[in-house]
Amino acid sequence: MPAATMSLGKALNAGLRGAMERDPKVVLLGEDIGKLGGVFRVTEGLQRDFGDRRVIDTPLAESGVIGTAVGLAMRGYRPVCEIQFDGFVYPAFDQIVSQLAKLRYRTNGRVAMPVTIRIPFGGGIGAVEHHSESPEAYFAHTAGLRVVSPSNPADGHRMIMQAIESDDPVVFFEPKRRYWDKGVVDVAAPGSEPLHRARVLAEGSDVTVVAYGAMVATALDAAAIAHEEGTSLEVIDLRSLSPIDFDTVEASVRKTGRLVVAHEAPAFCGLGAEIAARISERCFYVLESPVRRVGAFATPYPPSRLEGHYLPDADRVLHEVDRSLAG
Amino acid sequence: MTTVQVPVPESTSSECMGFDGLVQLISRDGQRTVGCPYWELVADVDAAQLRDLFRDMAVVRRLDAEAMALQRQGELALWAPLQGQEAAQVGSARALRDDDFVVPSYREHGVAYCRGVDPVDLLHLWRGTALSGWDPADYNLATPAIVVGSQALHATGYALGVTLDGAGSAVITYFGDGASSEGDVAEALCFAASYSVPVVFFCQNNQWAISEPVRVQTHTSIAGRGRGYGIPGIEVDGNDVLAVLAATRLALSRARAGQGPTLVEAVTYRMGPHTTSDDPTRYRTRAEEEAWRAKDPLVRLDALLRAEGLADAGFEDGVEVAAQDAATALRAGCLALRDPEPAALFDHVYAGAHPLLDEERAGYADYLATFDDPGDARDAHNANERGS
Repeated sequence: MPAATMSLGKALNAGLRGAMERDPKVVLLGEDIGKLGGVFRVTEGLQRDFGDRRVIDTPLAESGVIGTAVGLAMRGYRPVCEIQFDGFVYPAFDQIVSQLAKLRYRTNGRVAMPVTIRIPFGGGIGAVEHHSESPEAYFAHTAGLRVVSPSNPADGHRMIMQAIESDDPVVFFEPKRRYWDKGVVDVAAPGSEPLHRARVLAEGSDVTVVAYGAMVATALDAAAIAHEEGTSLEVIDLRSLSPIDFDTVEASVRKTGRLVVAHEAPAFCGLGAEIAARISERCFYVLESPVRRVGAFATPYPPSRLEGHYLPDADRVLHEVDRSLAG
Repeated sequence: MTTVQVPVPESTSSECMGFDGLVQLISRDGQRTVGCPYWELVADVDAAQLRDLFRDMAVVRRLDAEAMALQRQGELALWAPLQGQEAAQVGSARALRDDDFVVPSYREHGVAYCRGVDPVDLLHLWRGTALSGWDPADYNLATPAIVVGSQALHATGYALGVTLDGAGSAVITYFGDGASSEGDVAEALCFAASYSVPVVFFCQNNQWAISEPVRVQTHTSIAGRGRGYGIPGIEVDGNDVLAVLAATRLALSRARAGQGPTLVEAVTYRMGPHTTSDDPTRYRTRAEEEAWRAKDPLVRLDALLRAEGLADAGFEDGVEVAAQDAATALRAGCLALRDPEPAALFDHVYAGAHPLLDEERAGYADYLATFDDPGDARDAHNANERGS
């Protein structure tokens, strides 16, 4: 099949399909993922084509979904779990951080946990509470997990297959407000970059902007506006949140001397804090100004009528770019 | 598939109910109960097997005592003793086939012994030389779960895998009366019933969750908890090894026959402390302990063996030698367990390459290399920790 234009949701669906065709041990677990195809339709048609023994509608209990996936992995399966929304992952926290993340270590490498947890995350869709959160830092903080987030259809297609192939557990954050954004995907040739590799999406010379997930498009918008104003931004899509490809970020900062990190999650103890610390260690003498962070406020996710103020947009990214340039 | 014709307890006849209102096959004075249909499930247990069960229980008790002593002597950081629960563990474990999979909690030393694990390998966790000591694939026995109840979901997922594989084996998971309150156990019962997978939930109700008596967890039987999920429960005397063997066989046969999960509650007693750090004198009476001592599972089976002329001096001497040999080997093995090399810190976190971990591994090796003796770094740290 030649390269085709498709949405992120369809690209993820194609990636899941590819993984299931390649390995009969890949099974999907989640709530409403069967006939309904998931609330975002990412698993649409998969139960029809692979049967209800490989695409399994689970009872409504997130710890149960992850805990039984751990048991399936012990038996040699490669489960892919869907958590319906970001704010519903917390009941599964023990099974993710104490069981899934640590079982390889706890068994001296004797038991592998090739489990993928798909989580639609982030805001911007006008949802009710608990449906718009960005909990990635909790998981990036946990040794034993890999945490990734694609920003576009081609990466989504490639990365979901790589996540499923990985013998480590992967928490896979899907930027839900980009599910319908389209891009070109070559299903037959998804590419073979390492899963943890960041990518420079727009080259620039004045300020490096690091983003991931839904904020990548925001950062690109900011770069377009800045370009009109005569400022050149280099935009990096982090793609992997644990581990982080600091080499790519460092190379860019060595060129620009300035860094702004943007994410939807609260800035306090967010990924931006870790990136700021590491880049300050690595690049202290080439930094022209302090590393700036753009993130959500230290509040719970607000009512959706306020999310336009809570979520960083291109203007807030540019505000920090200006402060970086002024610093 | 053969199905066992013995009913599960809702309809169990009163002939099975012994002195505590539980399924019992051996009376307190070592007599076989009469008329209980559960006898059909253990009809094959002959004199030699009865003696084997006693030997297993006696060896396990002796190993447990030796581990307690090793902790008191500073060789183990902690130990969770099983004394009093030998019948529950040996009786259930001896009901298993080799291809059945076991998902334990952390006190199942007797189960591990019956699965063939070298008792020395149990000690890694408690001595701190490793987080676990065996490959689950070698014994079809998962490694210990200390977050209580978490393992019930793993067993359920494993059993789902058994179903998807079309295999004819069963899965058993062990947990305690305290863990029965955990959400993960409730979710495991829910998922297991929904999928109708071949798993046995084996609860050792040893009356105490550290200092909390079982009435803090529930005012009714734990076995009855399954009913709301459509899972039958068997409340069995956990200090009667034959009754435990029979009940577990029944539950396993239901699993293998595609009849889904069963919840077995083995009513027993933790004769010792929760762990070596516990002090039961603060929360329970000596009178209670004495009352349960009268129901000691080894005394019970010994009484049966004696009543039936199956325990002569030669047999008892042989058991004593086997137990002492096991304890001697455990002590020697424990003392031979060495600290892992510092680099082992970084092993087995991930399967694949990981730049951060690689950087930290190399960085710590460089740091250690700044000491004439790499052991000095750790010794200096430990000295600081002690405030010296």
